[in-house]
Amino acid sequence: MIRTAGLTKHFGRITAVEDVGLDVREGDIYGFLGANGSGKTTTVRMLLGLVLATSGTIELLGRPMPASGRDVLPLVGAMVEGPASYPQLSGRTNLALLDASGPGGDRATRAGRIDDALGQVGLDGVDKRPVRAYSLGMRQRLGLAAALLRRPRLLVLDEPTNGLDPQGIREIRQLLVDLNRDGTTVFLSSHLLAEIEQMCTRVGVLDRGRLVLQDQLEHLQRPTGRTVIRTPDVGAARALLDGHVEQEEGETIWVRADDPLALNAALVGADVRVLELAPERRTLEDVVLEAAEQSGDRR
Amino acid sequence: MIAVELRKLVLSRRTWVTILLIDALPTLVGILLAVTDIGPRPGTGPAFLSAVLTDGTLFPLAALGIVLPLFLPIAVAVTAGEAIAGEAQQGTLRYLLVRPVGRTRLLVAKLVSVMVFVVLTVLVVAATAYVLGALLLGSESVSTGATSVSGTGLSTQEMVLRTLLALAYAMLCMLGVAAIALFLSTVVRAPLSAALGTMGVLVASTLLLTLDAAHVLQPYLPTRYWLAFVDLFRDPILWRDVERGVLLQAAYVVVFLGAAWANFMTKDVTD
Repeated sequence: MIRTAGLTKHFGRITAVEDVGLDVREGDIYGFLGANGSGKTTTVRMLLGLVLATSGTIELLGRPMPASGRDVLPLVGAMVEGPASYPQLSGRTNLALLDASGPGGDRATRAGRIDDALGQVGLDGVDKRPVRAYSLGMRQRLGLAAALLRRPRLLVLDEPTNGLDPQGIREIRQLLVDLNRDGTTVFLSSHLLAEIEQMCTRVGVLDRGRLVLQDQLEHLQRPTGRTVIRTPDVGAARALLDGHVEQEEGETIWVRADDPLALNAALVGADVRVLELAPERRTLEDVVLEAAEQSGDRR
Repeated sequence: MIAVELRKLVLSRRTWVTILLIDALPTLVGILLAVTDIGPRPGTGPAFLSAVLTDGTLFPLAALGIVLPLFLPIAVAVTAGEAIAGEAQQGTLRYLLVRPVGRTRLLVAKLVSVMVFVVLTVLVVAATAYVLGALLLGSESVSTGATSVSGTGLSTQEMVLRTLLALAYAMLCMLGVAAIALFLSTVVRAPLSAALGTMGVLVASTLLLTLDAAHVLQPYLPTRYWLAFVDLFRDPILWRDVERGVLLQAAYVVVFLGAAWANFMTKDVTD
């Protein structure tokens, strides 16, 4: 769905993005991670033809960008750096104007599509108030509705849950997961690790303009080969697993063991009370920090 | 896209407030003239104003003469300066371009919308002035037809034709202003800067026209032939300045629209 090769952007003497090779596949929920200022937004803008690349190639839905923008972009819904609308007009009028300004927005179905999109983002009760009177969360929802208006095959969203309350964040996450299940590929750029971790299937990490990591999330979160155990009988457990305990913190111990099932049986057999036992997985945070560190070392 | 821009123009309250404000000045002048009965001496003051007290049907022309040199250019500078920079500042530019609206198409739509605004303003001013002239001001020469600036009589038909020519000429002058403002609007980030920059150009041009030392520059200044539309009401019509004005404005339009297009096509939209 998205494929870039050697994508590079210089602003004057500053290199914002360097040699980025994104690979987003059909059906992915792709999490595009990076600290503020790492070049995420510049990359997203290049994908959509807003910023022109210094060098490198971009393919969106198999067509070159920005050359094929007129054919490709009607099939893409986007939210870049927060929503924007004409403040003196109502949300509905804003959507209608935007839909009418470009190709692929059939007039006959417009009113129905606007109703659908507003319903999807939970703004169905919205009245004729001008957008000026909207709360931050409502504007964010309106921006999402604009992206969903033509039922796009690809959604490119930059920080979509910005300004929403926890309830709203959950609704939007559910909406994206549902859309994805119905066949929409989602490209989600964010600096919130937790958000990415909860719904993405694939992750790319940008650090100082370079793509330092790109992989399936479940592959990144593979087990570390250690098992985490919580037990009130720390001393007994330590005695039993002598030599394999790598770390200890209050009632929690980390044990190097290949088979958690066997480990559990051994503990219970020795009358060690076990509160919790699970194979340790790397968190996305560990992975991201590690990748960023390595890229920092290379320089 | 043009239709969408026009809807935005019509839906914007500011459009109508601006037109109302522009319309207020000639209305005030008309009322003052009617109440006091003191007109400017012939040959002084804005064009046609001295004739208005005897012939109220000339007041629309006089009103345009009041509005054209200052008010309208300012309004055009503000509206056209807003075109790209305003959308960029509001954040809506990126959503239009991603929609996608072609960049050339967007520029054309914005330019058309500015010119429609000018036409709308001119129509409102002319209509108000016509009503005002008919109701309040003199009605002496209605039957014999209007008098040209040169003093000879003009038939009503002739007068209408020349008025339309004058309006077309004024539109071209405003198109020149719009082209400069549109170019600046693709360059700067704030719409206000684009509007002020354009006004700066116009003020500088007006100032240089009064300076003898700037003699060599004067034929190329954008405001040099603005008031040449008065020559269209001489008998016979004095074409020299009008022709030069048309060529000059056309040059400004081509150069600045070209620059606006070239700049916008290669611009990184980062707002």
